[in-house]
Amino acid sequence: MTIQFKDETFHDDYTFRNSPWAIQRFPFPFHEDSYMYSVNLEPHLSLRPGSVFEKTFDVDEHYISEMKDRARVLANDPLRCQSLPHMTLAGWDLVELIMEAKARDYPDLFELHRDGDHWHWINKPLGIEQRFTFLDDSTLPCGPMEYITRQAQGDFALLDQREENLWMDAGMVTTQADWSLDFDIGMNFYEWHAPVPLAHEMGVFQRALKFLLNLQQGAPYRRLNWTMTVNPLLDTSPENYHKWGVQKTELTPENVGQKQYLRVELQSFFRLPRSNALVFPIRCYLIRLEDVVSVPKWGRRLHRVLRDLPVELATYKGFIRNRPMIVDFLSAYDDGAPTSPGIFPD
Amino acid sequence: MTRFQFPKSIASRPVYGRLTARPGSAHLMVADAEGAEALLDLAAAAPGLMERAHVIYLPKTTGATYARRLETLSPAQLYIGPSYPAAEPRLRKALSDAHMGLQVYLAGTEGLMGQAMREAIEAGIPAGAIQTEHRGSVARRMQCVHCKGITEDVTTDPFVCAHCGLNLFVRDHYSRRMAAFQGVCIDAEDPGDVPPSKELYS
Amino acid sequence: MSAGTRKIDVTVTDVVEVNELVKRFRFERSDGGEMPTFSGGAHTVVEMRDGDVTRLNPYSLMSDPRDRRAFTISVRRDEAGRGGSLYMHRQVRIGDRMVLSYPVNLFALDLRAKKHLMIAGGIGITPFLAQIKQLSATGGRFELHYSVRTAALGSYAGELAGRFPANVHVYHDDQSQVIDLARLLDGQPLGTHLYVCGPKGMIDWVIRTATDHGWPAEAVHYEEFLAPQSGKPFEVTLASTGRVITVGEHQSMLEALEAAGVDAPYLCRGGACGQCETDVVRHEGHFIHRDHWLTDDQKTCGKKIMPCVSRFEGKSLVIDR
Ligand code: HEM
Ligand code: FES
Repeated sequence: MTIQFKDETFHDDYTFRNSPWAIQRFPFPFHEDSYMYSVNLEPHLSLRPGSVFEKTFDVDEHYISEMKDRARVLANDPLRCQSLPHMTLAGWDLVELIMEAKARDYPDLFELHRDGDHWHWINKPLGIEQRFTFLDDSTLPCGPMEYITRQAQGDFALLDQREENLWMDAGMVTTQADWSLDFDIGMNFYEWHAPVPLAHEMGVFQRALKFLLNLQQGAPYRRLNWTMTVNPLLDTSPENYHKWGVQKTELTPENVGQKQYLRVELQSFFRLPRSNALVFPIRCYLIRLEDVVSVPKWGRRLHRVLRDLPVELATYKGFIRNRPMIVDFLSAYDDGAPTSPGIFPD
Repeated sequence: MTRFQFPKSIASRPVYGRLTARPGSAHLMVADAEGAEALLDLAAAAPGLMERAHVIYLPKTTGATYARRLETLSPAQLYIGPSYPAAEPRLRKALSDAHMGLQVYLAGTEGLMGQAMREAIEAGIPAGAIQTEHRGSVARRMQCVHCKGITEDVTTDPFVCAHCGLNLFVRDHYSRRMAAFQGVCIDAEDPGDVPPSKELYS
Repeated sequence: MSAGTRKIDVTVTDVVEVNELVKRFRFERSDGGEMPTFSGGAHTVVEMRDGDVTRLNPYSLMSDPRDRRAFTISVRRDEAGRGGSLYMHRQVRIGDRMVLSYPVNLFALDLRAKKHLMIAGGIGITPFLAQIKQLSATGGRFELHYSVRTAALGSYAGELAGRFPANVHVYHDDQSQVIDLARLLDGQPLGTHLYVCGPKGMIDWVIRTATDHGWPAEAVHYEEFLAPQSGKPFEVTLASTGRVITVGEHQSMLEALEAAGVDAPYLCRGGACGQCETDVVRHEGHFIHRDHWLTDDQKTCGKKIMPCVSRFEGKSLVIDR
């Protein structure tokens, strides 16, 4: 099908909505009725036609509006996109990865024509046409990572690999679940994960890091992560927390179904060829509780997961104060029936 | 007693050790206030080291107490200066002139060590190869995550950002590149509801 | 190691005798497509089907990482080795079809380095050839010190010295020329990274000297040789049915279980996720644990195995499947 791009906002008047198509393909993150951190990595192979797991980089109805939101956030705070000098090569690797994937997976929307190092890129939804010389920074309007990630949904972190660790040395981060690239840039895997509760003690990060250090070219992996956000606010940044934090107090039993969103990140991991760096795309999907419960299995399961979630996780994810109201709302959609395994609707 | 036992914390929070002499072609030491004690201990444990050392020392409020004693160690070069910003050009010059094999020793407050470490890393020394020893004040250098301003010598939690005036709580999340801990608005979800400030670690 | 390493079907398009001991091989994709790009220092694993035996040997890629037409490697004949180099030297001809792995880099440049100081001994020159091509294309600063037995055995020494006269220094053993390592190390600007590839003795000497001269370990890099990824065949018995399944030399236990139609769980196939963790009911023999999942205690107690990467050697193994 051809995608009907929407014109909507992720701030102030929050006109963002999911179409029925977007709801049924939503990456619901729970494969069972409870949740705890784990090394939930699986090969990033094409799965289920039409699902968000089908393409290397999923493009959906929110593409144009998300890119506009990114441009708005960057205009307000250019520090959301940073690249340490040694990461330029990785930025070019990313240009190649994204352009090749988009042109291959969505030939009606994107085209890439290559003649040696002379590349010609066409992005129809955003109305961009660019001829440039691959690996020549002066032929793009901005750095290679910034150039291509202004045209790709989701945040991106570029990780340099050295000293048996990964270092977050570049990134484009405007749709983050409350962490700051400007603060975290230059940190290693354990350091940027430092604020996460329980997972360090469980050995999750140690094992995940070892796995990622061995990640190979041409064999990407993925995982899902999730949190809760009030209003469809993509830019839940610490930078602006003093402005958006107060929205958490605006939930009422009447509006919680519309205002409270489940926020899911489809995270993937690719080894980049020329730089030996990794790229970590973090694609954010939002869905309000009302739309979650339109899928009976999801309504039942989300109720059980949130009700039983360890308090450390609910606190870290920032919804501890609203948990009772959320669980109360969801309980109306849980009849106690058993749920089927896996994340997809029945 | 100028040594403080920091409570166990998260992985980004720096941990400090004890300075020990390491083999190397040259030795650069940067310290402030009571950090001088760590250099004095180091010199006592490693005779001959000071002959090859360049010492940059900022006495701050300790006046002449330690400056005099450092002089008697007769380092190859000794600079005693009024503040870190005043010393920074000299530190940069020393690093840009240096060769591989240089050993860097930092001692004193977290703010001083963090900033000097940032320069050393920028010059090409891996963070893990830079020695540190905390002495003296436990005041912290804080970045306001909202306005990005740095507030020096923070000793209470919460505190008021010296730049934007928000009430910030003190996190242990630390950035080597900023040489600062992160401060985050404490009353974002309940505007005006700011708990009373407490001394750090109290 | 092989968390999903992809393979490439290639054809040998050139074999050149570089000198008495070294041959160079050029591989192009059999389907006419482009080779993957790679980073300087990467290697490929070459699969050699030598009669009944299959060998998997890693070789550093020496071609220009940006050249998508072909991979080239150089192989030194090793009369005492496991036989891979002899096979390459004696059997491989232009036109042969072979299988290579995607490139893997365990000897990457630190791209933050203000300068790259390279020390090579003998055939250890090969990863540097690709790194130098990468650095010279991007304006990186490097200096190579290359020790060879004789001028005749100094693979690529002449070309390198000709192309980069200011950066390349060649030392001939037969003329008693040795690298003055101590002086070299002391004179490097801050931010230099040191790389060494060559015989084990040389690697040890360089690491030791660098440590003595105050170089941080993080700035000293050396090529580590890969452990072979295959292993001896072994048998595994399923406790539920008593069925006996043979795990072949180049097969993982997980693959053997799958081939036999056993529904075995997995997620990462790389020893990290824990999904394939399997209880051992009985065993007589020893495990070759290669996963990152089990703790050291679990590995020694012999009650668990991760069949995606780990193996077994001995008389019998019964698992809870
Ligand atoms: C290498 C790429 C990765 C990057 C750049 C990354 C980055 C981050 C960041 C910035 C955070 C927020 C930390 C904060 O509170 O400040 C986070 C959270 C987290 N990360 Fe990662 N991460 C990566 C890979 C992984 C992997 C492989 C795992 C596997 C288990 C993982 C598990 C987690 C978990 C469990 C959290 C807490 C999330 C929550 O509860 O909402 N991360 N990550
Ligand atoms: S499948 Fe992940 S550890 Fe074996």
